[in-house]
Amino acid sequence: MPDSMSAWQLVASGDATLFAIVRLSLAVSLSAVAIAGVIGLPLGAILALTRFPGRTALVVVLNGFMGLPPVVVGLTVYLLLSRSGPLGELGLLFTPTAMIIAQSLLVLPIVAALTRQTIEDLWSEYGDELTAMGVGPSGRVATLLWDGRFSLITAMLAGFGRAAAEVGTVMIVGGNIEGFTRTMTTAIALETSKGNLPLAMGLGLILISLILVINAAAWGVRAWSEQRAG
Amino acid sequence: MRASLSDLPLVFDRVSQRAGATAILDRISLAIGPGAPTLVVGPNGSGKTTFLRISMGLTKPSEGMVSWGGRTETRPMRRAFLFQEPVMLRRSAAANIAYGLAQAGYPRKGRAARVEELLDRVGLLELAGRPARRLSGGEQQRLALARALARDPEVLLLDEPTASLDPAATRYVEEIVLMAARSGTKIVMASHDLGQVRRLAGDVLFMVRGRLIEQASADDFFEHPTTPEAAAFIRGDLVL
Ligand SMILES: Nc1ncnc2c1ncn2[C@@H]1O[C@H](COP(=O)(O)OP(=O)(O)O)[C@@H](O)[C@H]1O
Ligand SMILES: [Mg+2]
Repeated sequence: MPDSMSAWQLVASGDATLFAIVRLSLAVSLSAVAIAGVIGLPLGAILALTRFPGRTALVVVLNGFMGLPPVVVGLTVYLLLSRSGPLGELGLLFTPTAMIIAQSLLVLPIVAALTRQTIEDLWSEYGDELTAMGVGPSGRVATLLWDGRFSLITAMLAGFGRAAAEVGTVMIVGGNIEGFTRTMTTAIALETSKGNLPLAMGLGLILISLILVINAAAWGVRAWSEQRAG
Repeated sequence: MRASLSDLPLVFDRVSQRAGATAILDRISLAIGPGAPTLVVGPNGSGKTTFLRISMGLTKPSEGMVSWGGRTETRPMRRAFLFQEPVMLRRSAAANIAYGLAQAGYPRKGRAARVEELLDRVGLLELAGRPARRLSGGEQQRLALARALARDPEVLLLDEPTASLDPAATRYVEEIVLMAARSGTKIVMASHDLGQVRRLAGDVLFMVRGRLIEQASADDFFEHPTTPEAAAFIRGDLVL
């Protein structure tokens, strides 16, 4: 695809603007996945291990939220952070922090819902054994998260894929400001609308390559640790 | 700490377990105190697993009362359970035992040494670092036994632990069980293998269709069975 040469030439020449865009994209999406993991892993596990009225409804809603439209999440965070919004005083709108918040909200249901499913399946296998060993509630959460780690890596990857590929939230709450909040996906959208298709296509290929590399690395880690831990 | 609490005697007071109209366990009353191994004997489906699960506190009976050392709180204090198909945690053999020790409140300081002792006791010292799920069936059963013994149980309940093992692996498990019994652990073990019952039992609980129909010392059970069902079972006839 010779048309995409221009983007690869930017890569080859070590273009500083391009690298800033790539770096920001990775920083935002990885931070969002980390935050979603810190909240979503224990949340999913607790949801898997507890029974309370309304739980089923919560699980259904959570599963549904896996497919939240990014523009709607973006709009919601926009309203919260805008000057007149409840969190407007923080002055976060059109900053990378706002983008991280929005993507965290997008990824959280994915991580929590997949964790809930994984931990619930694992509990049906482990339940009797852990009860017989006298393992209490917090010990159960910790044990099942650790023993489900291989499947949970996949859940995190699904969340990362979603964050890295979406354009709706980062466009709305980030504003696509050059050198500050421009990510790969917003840059692609912009270049496409400007008619600079080779550059847009090249950026798209770089984005896909990065996602593949991160997935491959995670699979490598998973295979290696599975080899060691069974 | 835990040592002052005892889980014995294990007392069943008219305990029944029902699934719809059928009684899986039918009004069982008994008391199990310290002493030689008690073997729970009976054909498949007679209720042995259900009896052991209720004895462990894993299943709540639909009727009657169970108590451990006079207490009815089900959380296992000084009892341990060996399942017919134990769950190996996705960690090394040694880590599985360390986990059992941690859950039993064993001090962190001496844990590594205790793990080695227990691995050695079940003949798995060489396989300490092997992922537990890659062990053979017999090795997994021995590891689960070591993990149960890590709780330093006063009562060890075992559900046909050798049902899917070959004779050599079976003997190995039986030796470990006997060693635990000699060091003062009360063994309550389900089996439908009469040879095994003869080798291990101090006394026998004989169950048929959810009813406890004979409770005797092993000698009496084999020499003078008092019910036609027990006599038939000992002869090797089908008991339904
Ligand atoms: N949860 C349950 N619901 C209905 N029937 C059950 C349940 N658990 C066990 N049973 C039945 O109770 C009987 C006794 O089961 P079990 O205690 O496993 O016997 P054993 O261990 O002696 O083979 C069997 O017929 C079994 O199918
Ligand atoms: Mg059984």
